[in-house]
Amino acid sequence: MSSIDYSERIPNNVDLSSDKRLQRALEKWQPAFIDWWNDMGPAGGWQERDVFLRTAVSVDKGGWAQFGFVKMPEYRWGIFLEAPEAGRLVGFGDNAASPVWQEVPGEYRNTLQRIVVTQADTEPASVEQQRWLAQTGPSQYDIRNLFQVNVEEGRHLWAMVYLLHGYFGRDGRDEADALLERRSGDPDKPRILDAFNQPCPDWLTFFCFTTFTDRDGKYQLAALAESGFDPLARTCRFMLTEEAHHLFVGETGVRRIIERACTLMKQDPNGDARAQGGIDLPTIQRWVNYWFSYSVDLFGGEISSNAADFFAAGLKGRYKEMSKYTEHTALGQTHAIPLLRDGRLVVEDVPLRNAMNEVLREEYRDDCQKVLERWNKAVRDQGVTDFEFSLPSTRFHRRQGVYATHAFDPNGNAIPLAEFEAHRAEWLPSDADRAYVASLMKPVHEPGKMANWIAAPPRGIDGRPLDFEYVR
Amino acid sequence: MASAVRHQPVASFQSHPERYRHWKLAIDGAIARLGMDIKEENGLRPEDYELKQNSYDLGVDIELADAIERLRFEHPEVRVLVFESLLPKVFCAGANIRMLASSTHGFKVNFCRYTNETRLSLEDASQHSGLRSLCAANGTAAGGGYELALAADRIYLVDDGNAAVSLPEVPLLGVLPGTGGLTRLVDKRKVRRDLADLFCTKAEGFRARDALRYGLIDGSFPRSRWEAGVSAAAADLAAQSPTRASQGVPLSPVNSQVDGRTRRYRSVELTLDAEARVATLTVRAPEALAPASASALRDEGAESWAIRVFREIDDALLHLRFNHDTVGLVLLRTEGDPDAVLAHDAVVHDNPGDWFATEIRLLRARVLRRLDNTAKSMFAIVDRGSCFVGSLFELALAADRSYMLSDDEAGPTLHPTRAASGGTYPMGTAISRLQARFAREPQRAKDLLESEHPMHAEEALSSGLVTLAPDAIDWDDEIRIAIEERISLSPDALTGMEQNLRFVGNEGCDTKIFGRLSAWQNWIFQRPNAVGEEGALTLYGHPTRPRFDFRRT
Repeated sequence: MSSIDYSERIPNNVDLSSDKRLQRALEKWQPAFIDWWNDMGPAGGWQERDVFLRTAVSVDKGGWAQFGFVKMPEYRWGIFLEAPEAGRLVGFGDNAASPVWQEVPGEYRNTLQRIVVTQADTEPASVEQQRWLAQTGPSQYDIRNLFQVNVEEGRHLWAMVYLLHGYFGRDGRDEADALLERRSGDPDKPRILDAFNQPCPDWLTFFCFTTFTDRDGKYQLAALAESGFDPLARTCRFMLTEEAHHLFVGETGVRRIIERACTLMKQDPNGDARAQGGIDLPTIQRWVNYWFSYSVDLFGGEISSNAADFFAAGLKGRYKEMSKYTEHTALGQTHAIPLLRDGRLVVEDVPLRNAMNEVLREEYRDDCQKVLERWNKAVRDQGVTDFEFSLPSTRFHRRQGVYATHAFDPNGNAIPLAEFEAHRAEWLPSDADRAYVASLMKPVHEPGKMANWIAAPPRGIDGRPLDFEYVR
Repeated sequence: MASAVRHQPVASFQSHPERYRHWKLAIDGAIARLGMDIKEENGLRPEDYELKQNSYDLGVDIELADAIERLRFEHPEVRVLVFESLLPKVFCAGANIRMLASSTHGFKVNFCRYTNETRLSLEDASQHSGLRSLCAANGTAAGGGYELALAADRIYLVDDGNAAVSLPEVPLLGVLPGTGGLTRLVDKRKVRRDLADLFCTKAEGFRARDALRYGLIDGSFPRSRWEAGVSAAAADLAAQSPTRASQGVPLSPVNSQVDGRTRRYRSVELTLDAEARVATLTVRAPEALAPASASALRDEGAESWAIRVFREIDDALLHLRFNHDTVGLVLLRTEGDPDAVLAHDAVVHDNPGDWFATEIRLLRARVLRRLDNTAKSMFAIVDRGSCFVGSLFELALAADRSYMLSDDEAGPTLHPTRAASGGTYPMGTAISRLQARFAREPQRAKDLLESEHPMHAEEALSSGLVTLAPDAIDWDDEIRIAIEERISLSPDALTGMEQNLRFVGNEGCDTKIFGRLSAWQNWIFQRPNAVGEEGALTLYGHPTRPRFDFRRT
């Protein structure tokens, strides 16, 4: 092992070569990570192929996106923190205006560790969820994007493991090991969060997942990028640059399915996209409902003492805390949340700090709403005028939080459970829907070709043409 | 800020499986399963708190105590009780924090005392009735959730990479795991004290692997083998326990009527003089003939005086504790034919091999321990017409002082019996009240039981069985003055004094829970660091973080 130059093997800007302790820890973890990647990363012979991927070799403008062919197991998973901000102060909560922490404060050690572990657990989870997708990839372009997302989730895992190894001692190392032991969807060793135990059997799911669930990741990272624990903040800031690409893959993926559906509707005498082998718009809406609702669960309880503690301690802020807000104590303020009282929704004022999960969720919801508006524009641009996507209420189909105990329709109205069940197949993917979408998942691996149910993207990757051989 | 603290009268301490809101009891042969499915909206004060994540309040614990009691009496065929959660991913989050934060000091203390007694009754069932218990934590057991597990004979935790056992009270709430947690960790499970220190300061606790290594649990199974593993462990435990009987005896409800200042049961009366801060607990001898045999006793069942009267005393004690906090002194009185008491006692005491008689003795012992643990002064008043004999003589021994009328031949007698006072009803210290009383002269306790006979005041006084024996001329004044003097003293000092004087002898797990853990907890419950405006308990769940006064003595 010692013959490997880890500071070369692991591109980094944390001066890894001079930190023997950290280096030793990562050296021990790295083989386990590679084993995990080989076991749980993309399946079906893709690991031996050369894939046109971007690799981050530094945080500079030109450094974070270097494109080239690489076999995935040889991908250089790097550790990058955004450059330190001189004299940075804790921006919010009870510790506001004191210098940010460069080491973990003992008082917040357990809390911080939990935050990091929970975030870290999602990174390998999504790789596991997506491991079979390349087998049914609709194009080389999409397969390459899938792998890009996968290796970057792997890098995000590295980033989090760096924090665990570098700052949380023995416990942190144990937690880093446990990250490679849990398995998405495994009843015995499930991933921590529910959405990350859901199967991802088809590409519509993949694109919805990257649109909605990865977008939760963006908001969580953004909130942590405000953290008073500086290494966490700097790590998350850099991760956000990569997360943007995942959201792009998701949003444009769904849009291309929509565009193709519209084209097929126009071709079909009855305007039926399914009859032409496409995925019809109402089916897409059901996938949206499903993944949006699973993703809003990830923000945690609407009224949360943990959220209040995280904010009070200066560990987790609001979205764009420092640029968007002028008041950073969040004390003496409330946030209005509709709560179920005797079967009816009554708006109640909750102390703002306790409502921080909800505040972040609302930012996320508004962002998702903009995505849907762009999809609706795509529908209109295709000349289809009788369909519009709508984002369900954050109360719809919840399994966590204050709305989990009651049934709500997509508009957020409280309804009897029987009514919800009566509409289930209309609002959420049915077995028949899943079987139909699964039936379309036939691999198209020839460069430049697209599966029938998805439109081609407007352009290729890094200036390459669409018929470029992205995987060879 | 914290919601206002509320006084909370408790209407009833009775329950029945048909009325359980939070538990599901399922019995299959020798194994009973008690599934925890705590209804968020069904707390005793739903306007103040929601019982999220299987967190509990007094209402939940009353049902739990009822279930344990019923298994002992109604289902002697059951040899193992399995605790499990019907919620996914969470076993039990312990006592509801909002409930604690919005309760009066007195309620918190009584709540903890009651929940401790419930858990001790679970251990009592295992030790004396062969009703073993197994906690199947199919999700995280935090705080009181893990403390419930600690009271069981075996603890299993699902190994799913997430579920943990934890005692987060110190780091999260600034209080103690006060339902026996600290005590059982080191005294019962004998977890090494430095590891216990690590565990009790780590809010998220330990998952299965570490929990097993440190001895916090007895085993774990992955989810896919959970049901099978727990069932096998339960069957294994059942195989180690003897069968008691196949046919149980139903526990009829304990009924009482409130009539002005008096709560009336069939053989017990609790009369309150709220202005004087004095209550009188009067226990009446049976009127019916005693059952002639153990089987006749079973036929009479829970309505038989021997068990009913102690269940009534138990209920009255709970009302005293929870609903009458201004009462400082309880006068313990008895009324009726001493021979009737002895006759009814005989069938309970003379059938050591009969399971029902045994359960009655165990129940009586628990009730008497509840009396010992009641934070009120107690004077036994041995007046004309009283019947402090046999099991009822234990009431006099439990009292802080006893006054006996010294009168002619018609005067009252005391009659200690070997069957009742020779160790049948041990205190929490595991010795009898008589042994505790004569710690200085152990032989005297033996001699008294050797020559058991009714004693008039003079002999009782010279034998050391009563504190004072005024004659008829002084009686009324002596009693009046004693009462007035007692209730003029500081109630806090009295509680502390009585708890120190009552429990003569060595400490055990039971006495450490009440005398050390609860006492420190009650101190912490009064301290600004927990319950002040900026205290950790006050601010838990609120937007502001606690601020501590860091001075230690």
